[in-house]
Amino acid sequence: MAETPLLSVRNLKVEFPTRRATLTAIDGISFDLKKGEVLGVVGESGAGKSITGSAIIGLLEPPGRISGGEILLGGERIDNLSQTAMRKVRGKRIGMIFQDPLTSLNPLFTIGEQITETIMTHLPVSEAEARKRAVSLLEEVGIPAAAERLDAYPHQFSGGMRQRVVIALALCAEPELVIADEPTTALDVSVQAQIIGLLKRICKDHGASVMLITHDMGVIAETCDRVAVMYSGRIAEIGPVRDVVKNPHHPYTVGLMGAIPTLVGELDRLTQIPGSMPRLDAIPKGCPFNPRCAHVFDRCRAERPDPIDVGTSRVACWLVEEGRNDRASKVEQA
Amino acid sequence: MGVDELDRATVRVSGLSRTFDVSRPWLNRVIERTPKAFLKAAQDITFSISRGETFALVGESGSGKSTVAKMVVGLLEASAGEITVDGVDMRGAQHGKEMRDLRRRMQMIFQDPYASLNPRWRVDRIIAEPIRAFRLENDEKAISKRVGELLELVRLDPRDGAKYPHEFSGGQRQRICIARALASKPEFLVCDEPTSALDVSVQAQILNLMKDLQDEFGLTYLFISHDLAVVRHMAKRIGVMYLGRLVEVADGKELFRNPRHPYTRMLLEAIPDLEMSGRPRKAVEGEIPNPINPPPGCAFHPRCPLANVRCNRELPLFKGEGETGVACHAVEEGRA
Ligand SMILES: Nc1ncnc2c1ncn2[C@@H]1O[C@H](COP(=O)(O)OP(=O)(O)OP(=O)(O)O)[C@@H](O)[C@H]1O
Ligand SMILES: Nc1ncnc2c1ncn2[C@@H]1O[C@H](COP(=O)(O)OP(=O)(O)OP(=O)(O)O)[C@@H](O)[C@H]1O
Ligand code: SF4
Ligand code: SF4
Ligand SMILES: [Mg+2]
Ligand SMILES: [Mg+2]
Repeated sequence: MAETPLLSVRNLKVEFPTRRATLTAIDGISFDLKKGEVLGVVGESGAGKSITGSAIIGLLEPPGRISGGEILLGGERIDNLSQTAMRKVRGKRIGMIFQDPLTSLNPLFTIGEQITETIMTHLPVSEAEARKRAVSLLEEVGIPAAAERLDAYPHQFSGGMRQRVVIALALCAEPELVIADEPTTALDVSVQAQIIGLLKRICKDHGASVMLITHDMGVIAETCDRVAVMYSGRIAEIGPVRDVVKNPHHPYTVGLMGAIPTLVGELDRLTQIPGSMPRLDAIPKGCPFNPRCAHVFDRCRAERPDPIDVGTSRVACWLVEEGRNDRASKVEQA
Repeated sequence: MGVDELDRATVRVSGLSRTFDVSRPWLNRVIERTPKAFLKAAQDITFSISRGETFALVGESGSGKSTVAKMVVGLLEASAGEITVDGVDMRGAQHGKEMRDLRRRMQMIFQDPYASLNPRWRVDRIIAEPIRAFRLENDEKAISKRVGELLELVRLDPRDGAKYPHEFSGGQRQRICIARALASKPEFLVCDEPTSALDVSVQAQILNLMKDLQDEFGLTYLFISHDLAVVRHMAKRIGVMYLGRLVEVADGKELFRNPRHPYTRMLLEAIPDLEMSGRPRKAVEGEIPNPINPPPGCAFHPRCPLANVRCNRELPLFKGEGETGVACHAVEEGRA
């Protein structure tokens, strides 16, 4: 029954060695991504979302390195491939949309040159054909009058337009896996809807899978099948979107849901989770969320909780684990 | 606007326009016999912001928000129109002490956080730069203390100052930008998507911080965001831009309760649904028009459900009371 997942991340660890100490940015995360599935990744700034994406695509910035675990694409390991082999996977099999759109665009080349070049690197097409594809791709991401604007340089595009060019670049070789890091942050809702429609369509039409990193819960709710909530380089909770949004288990997820500004209700202050994400050199012992958690108890400060199944989700929290045990034992007694 | 308000308006923008030359290179034009091409990124933009107030600009990507923001802080020259800050004409103040003073009092948080940080400087130097440039502190110890405070203000650790920008996550970089913008103790802050790279929790902290600073020091904000929920939370008044023009200006609450311009209505309907009520997200109708060759009349007419013949021909003028109003024939004719 079990189909090989397109992407499988097993106990991944990422480290940044520094002069004083070795910082662990990702500390043992595991998840699968099925073919055609959209997995959302959320979590506060600094949780390790982008680093996870960079590790998968093999672009960790040195001295950052994978120090443990495995990454499998279509059942084969890709975390130990040579630079050359990985370069072929990148762009062709995995497309990445980086968080910082300007850094993936070369300011010295026109938008058209950059897209046609990428298309020709990965697909056997003529330059004229590549240019035609570039235009239709730009139209798909909602750049008006794409043909006329192919000769523009990145600085002549607005922030949101540059972001869409980066999306077009990531999709142009029709990859099996798309890692999209905050692809819609600088986009207004109407363009956002268009991009999300496009991402969903490539999943449906090409059976591609998407790992969608975003802080926008609206986008998650609408686009994703499952969502992973990250905290301090670990997965706090992962499960079907509806369950995580509507019925979160982990205290951190609960806080995160409360911090979202809405279009209804009170205007004055937004709820915030007290405190902030720990620095990498000061991750507390036990549950990393414990200094900020309203439900903390002794065990949380001593032992690290591992993810356990709770209904259709997996949650790493002692409260949930012990609460579940309670309920389970009640059921047994009855 | 009453006399009182006139006096209190710190920032006034009137008839502001900017046209970009987007022609192909000269040789191509000669060979292909194509004329020069111009893009009107902002046209006839008029608004004012009182001291301590937040005015927001919203609108589709490419509608000209950043262009307006950059002109307001003097980073981009206007093709027409004027900008005054506390009655001082920005163009007249290009030189000397006056400009220097204005520069300190106005700061901008840029849309692209990484691109606006010098990658070779450590973060504490980046944040200290405005403090040094405007000689707000002279003693090194005081400067580093102030830098530490600013880092804490944006929920970073003072020890983070020793790192380089690339060692930070996207949201952390944006917070560095915010700390730098606050370093010169500005009175007027132009924020171009200040929280778009931030997760909801840090976003909540930063937005609350911005409100606190406003309450405490009477800061004035020009706030640009595509996130209408954020705008609703922050702004007293909102201006909606479409293809380089302001099409509606309204009181924040009123805009959400009673959007008048058909484009504003479309924007509000396109907001993703967090309640998962199953409400289908209203697809945005029609294509975003070509800004180089915009539709005649009301630029929104190809996408507007209320468009009629008049809309295809005649540019609707901005009509309203004082500074709130709408530019739409249907609204004017009472059929909206
Ligand atoms: N090159 C580096 N050297 C040292 N630490 C780094 C480096 N790059 C990232 N980090 C740290 O790793 C942690 C995770 O960073 P990451 O970019 O994955 O965060 P993120 O979840 O994507 O956050 P955001 O939402 O702000 O983009 C952060 O604390 C960051 O400071
Ligand atoms: N230097 C430039 N040269 C030519 N065209 C430009 C230049 N800067 C901006 N434009 C054009 O002006 C229009 C408005 O751009 P602007 O950056 O103001 O949009 P925006 O409303 O900020 O959009 P976004 O939400 O995507 O950031 C766009 O069509 C853009 O391509
Ligand atoms: S393990 Fe303990 S500290 Fe961590 S989230 Fe659960 S209750 Fe809170
Ligand atoms: S002027 Fe006409 S086309 Fe423009 S928004 Fe109003 S009704 Fe629609
Ligand atoms: Mg990131
Ligand atoms: Mg912009």
